[in-house]
Amino acid sequence: MDQRVLMKGNEAIAEAVIQAGCLHFFGYPITPQNEINAYMSKRLPRLGGTYLQAESEIAAVNMLYGAAAAGIRAVTSSSSPGISLKTEGISYMCGADLPGLIINVQRGGPGLGTIQPSQADYFQATKAPGHGDLKILVYAPNTVQEMVDVVFTAFDLSDKYRVPAMLLADGILGQMMEPVQFPDQKPDIPAKPWATNGTKGERAPNIINSLYLVATELEDKVRERFVRYGEIEANHSQAENYLTDDADVLLVAYGASSRVAKRAINAARNQGIKAGMLRPVTLWPFPKKQLEAAAKNAASILTVEMSMGQMVEDVRLALPDRKVQFYGRTGGVIPTPEEILEQIKALGGGVK
Amino acid sequence: MAVVYEKTTGLTDRPLHYCPGCTHGTIHKIVAEAVVELGLQEKTAAVAPVGCSVLAYNYFNMDAVQAAHGRAPAVATGIKRALPDNIVFTYQGDGDLAAIGTAEIVHAASRGENITVIFVNNAIYGMTGGQMAPTTMPGQVTQTSPYGRDTGAAGYPMRVCELLSTLDGVAFAERVAVDTVPNIRKAKKAILKAFQNQVDKKGFSIVEILSTCPTNWGLTPVESLGYLKEKLMPYYPLGVYKDAEKGVRV
Ligand SMILES: Cc1ncc(C[n+]2csc(CCOP(=O)(O)OP(=O)(O)O)c2C)c(N)n1
Ligand code: SF4
Repeated sequence: MDQRVLMKGNEAIAEAVIQAGCLHFFGYPITPQNEINAYMSKRLPRLGGTYLQAESEIAAVNMLYGAAAAGIRAVTSSSSPGISLKTEGISYMCGADLPGLIINVQRGGPGLGTIQPSQADYFQATKAPGHGDLKILVYAPNTVQEMVDVVFTAFDLSDKYRVPAMLLADGILGQMMEPVQFPDQKPDIPAKPWATNGTKGERAPNIINSLYLVATELEDKVRERFVRYGEIEANHSQAENYLTDDADVLLVAYGASSRVAKRAINAARNQGIKAGMLRPVTLWPFPKKQLEAAAKNAASILTVEMSMGQMVEDVRLALPDRKVQFYGRTGGVIPTPEEILEQIKALGGGVK
Repeated sequence: MAVVYEKTTGLTDRPLHYCPGCTHGTIHKIVAEAVVELGLQEKTAAVAPVGCSVLAYNYFNMDAVQAAHGRAPAVATGIKRALPDNIVFTYQGDGDLAAIGTAEIVHAASRGENITVIFVNNAIYGMTGGQMAPTTMPGQVTQTSPYGRDTGAAGYPMRVCELLSTLDGVAFAERVAVDTVPNIRKAKKAILKAFQNQVDKKGFSIVEILSTCPTNWGLTPVESLGYLKEKLMPYYPLGVYKDAEKGVRV
């Protein structure tokens, strides 16, 4: 039976979080993600959970740190300026090996920027979501359905590897209405024997901590974490191939800009240009293998982003011998399919 | 022979790293004793701050979480909301609680978060080598107030118990000291009450403890106890500032 319901992106994220077994939300209002807070404040108290409007994003992420230490699934949500404040807590979560979900419904920056959608937090999410040697899982869905799906994967892998996860959406995806279906299986949350939920007289005390005063001890700890990062990179990168098999012009785009890119690709195909797209769903781990395969037979490569060019650096790193073009709009401006089509046409006759 | 005194099981056997004469050790001892005496050890999580007591997670013989500088009340909130029947306390210095963590402590108090806060006021930043704290006395010489705290430029010391006691979410706020045996007894009584309140789900309880920092005050341990009594106590009067049960609000 089709059990799809029409939902706004932000509300679908919130419902998916609840269905993934997470009943504790710590937030602070900021546009364009307020529907998440509103939805959680309506639902969670009735489910015996916690909706807590913190005094700041810093407090909210540290509440997430505490709740994660206690061994439960928990979440915080914000948009770009608030995520900057959360970087402290994200770093501590990484340093203490705590799982948890951070939602960023991006808006344009820097500074207060704009409330219009943007993809300018790619660097922050994938390279430096906090100080220190660290990584977090980063999911960048491009439909309301996929936002729901990645919430489940993000929690599962975050718990499995004890690495925080981020859902990187933007104002377009958050505000968009689309039909979604929720999986009807119960969440399978692993036991957390490391949690500080009281010894109950049955075990030695657990300690959640990121401080290592001996340099070699910290080095060992970070190296151990990087082994886990390596496992994640080897096994959990995700990407979608759209008409890449015979593509002469390969676009690389994620999230909202990949939706626009898709329309430009369809228009190009109508005009006889074989265009296609590799769409990363995980930004970290970056789907290098999938990109290499998709780029093999393409004559030209074009990265499209709603920024001045951030993911394009990872595309170039993955394809060191190829010329990678970039097209982007920033500041909250959404590129049009026509603009992207022009770019594709300019490359259409391109030689490899 | 009858045993008249035993080290509390609330502390591990690790030797404390505090400087000679520092009263952090005494405070650890009475906090641990209180947790054990109330039978809470097996369901308690201690939240350690950033400051000299950052390693408190090694000393309290119970689950422990190390928090970012000033964020202990937020971390404790997260734990408490996840596990409302468990016991959570923060152990924080004055830089941690009254400077960088001012928003977190005020809002945890204002929400009436059902946690216990042990606030160690030694009027200085100990761990980083003795800089001026929000609680540093007017005229007090520190590394960053080398001519003495100039209230014209650096403002006035912050009285945390007085400040927080105006908030309706606060169930209990008392200032104590650990300079003499009778005062240590009183301090322990206050700490017991602050934990019992949490068991009884009464809301936010804070015990502010005047403490010494001989190393950074540049005094001997004995002189430090004198400084605490003569200089700190008049500015930071001991006593109960709020006891919702008794309707006390000073
Ligand atoms: C974000 C951040 N800022 C600054 C520091 C450096 N720092 C470590 S301890 C400390 C002061 C602690 O003083 P206090 O809370 O009074 O505790 P005490 O050491 O006196 O017990 C500071 C500023 C830090 N660790 N993190
Ligand atoms: S520096 Fe001061 S507060 Fe820190 S341990 Fe030494 S005496 Fe105690």
